[in-house]
Amino acid sequence: MHEMALCESLRTAMEEASRAQNFSRVTRVRLAIGAFAGVEPEALRFGFDVVMRGSLAEGAELVMITEGGTAWCFACGTTVPLAGRLDPCPVCGGERLVPNGGTEMKIKDLEVV
Amino acid sequence: MCVACGCGSDAVTLSGPDAAQASQGAHSHSHESVPHDGAHHHGHAHGHSHTHSDAHAHSHDPGEPAQPQHSHAPGLDARRMVEIEQNILAKNDGFAAQNRVRLAADGIFALNLLAGPGAGKTTLLVETLKALAGRVPAAVIEGDQQTANDAERIRAVGFPAVQINTGKGCHLDAHMVGHAMDRLPLPAGGVLFIENVGNLVCPAAFDLGEDKRITLLSVTEGEDKPLKYPDIFQGADLVLLTKADLLPHLDVDFDAIAGNVARINPTARLITVSARSGVGFAEWLAWLEGARRTRLEELARAAEQRAQALRGVVHTAAE
Repeated sequence: MHEMALCESLRTAMEEASRAQNFSRVTRVRLAIGAFAGVEPEALRFGFDVVMRGSLAEGAELVMITEGGTAWCFACGTTVPLAGRLDPCPVCGGERLVPNGGTEMKIKDLEVV
Repeated sequence: MCVACGCGSDAVTLSGPDAAQASQGAHSHSHESVPHDGAHHHGHAHGHSHTHSDAHAHSHDPGEPAQPQHSHAPGLDARRMVEIEQNILAKNDGFAAQNRVRLAADGIFALNLLAGPGAGKTTLLVETLKALAGRVPAAVIEGDQQTANDAERIRAVGFPAVQINTGKGCHLDAHMVGHAMDRLPLPAGGVLFIENVGNLVCPAAFDLGEDKRITLLSVTEGEDKPLKYPDIFQGADLVLLTKADLLPHLDVDFDAIAGNVARINPTARLITVSARSGVGFAEWLAWLEGARRTRLEELARAAEQRAQALRGVVHTAAE
């Protein structure tokens, strides 16, 4: 359940942005979540509701945009698109792959008042 | 609330070895030892951000308009968009970067030990510290949800240890580790072992400022563990297969474990050890000392380059 900690980071980031950008309330948050970011969307949604209570983003809509993953294939020596962590390389069928894209979780933008 | 970095109100507690501070109660910590000349600017994320008005058409991801919803009258609706494009872990990564700078300044080699509960992290540490005693200075940060048992086990073999109790938290983060570092005597050139909360999932995402990451897997945990919990193995520089003394009593396929580790993390080194029998310990200690030496040489080279650059400035100024 490190999703709670992620939501707390998200709240802090929004609070900092609210001072820098001069807004008082967030009505919608859009997150870009990589396929290999290690985040469970449902756990994040639950954590979001709990952590945002009483904050500038209480009741805000949470939109999660999933971004596709890529991985370095040690057999091909190249970056390939990869849907699942344990999938074989779509090019050569190799199994030794390390994700190198879609590993991040970013705040894309906020709708604010 | 902590004045230096504004933290506070969380359930995290630190204990030992600085008794004066420990007695101040939950989440007391000191920033005194840290120069406030910029070395301790907590990692405020510097992700760029800018705003644009309702009328500004700006297409984002397919199917998801970036304009504020219900903004039928541009300029009149108070809603607007703020683009942030900031990694959610940016704050943690900022604290980790500060920890790394502090550690590098004194040539301290830091290791983040990750594993599920019961893999033998503390036992490995205790035996490792006994082997280092008198040769290499070391200190330990212990992470657990509750109890100071592990820190006490470390102190019992004569090394300083700070216990972080995360309460309900499932992992250590770089901010907690920075505060734990404030409390520890960290001898220059020594080794800092950070034993993470026993958890095969959450700690993987949090950089603590370590130089190397070690994931422990005990031989009783099943050959397919690396496939089930890839994240914790993926970032490891070294995988230690622990409790090797139990192998004769188990139907464990060692080649399957090695194959699964290599599949998830083709570049990780795998060493089989037993803190009980001593099997593999020489190899583990050689890895540790080799990695530490490499890091110290790297830091020394960087310091020499900096010294040369500064001498160059003096030389130019004198001309």
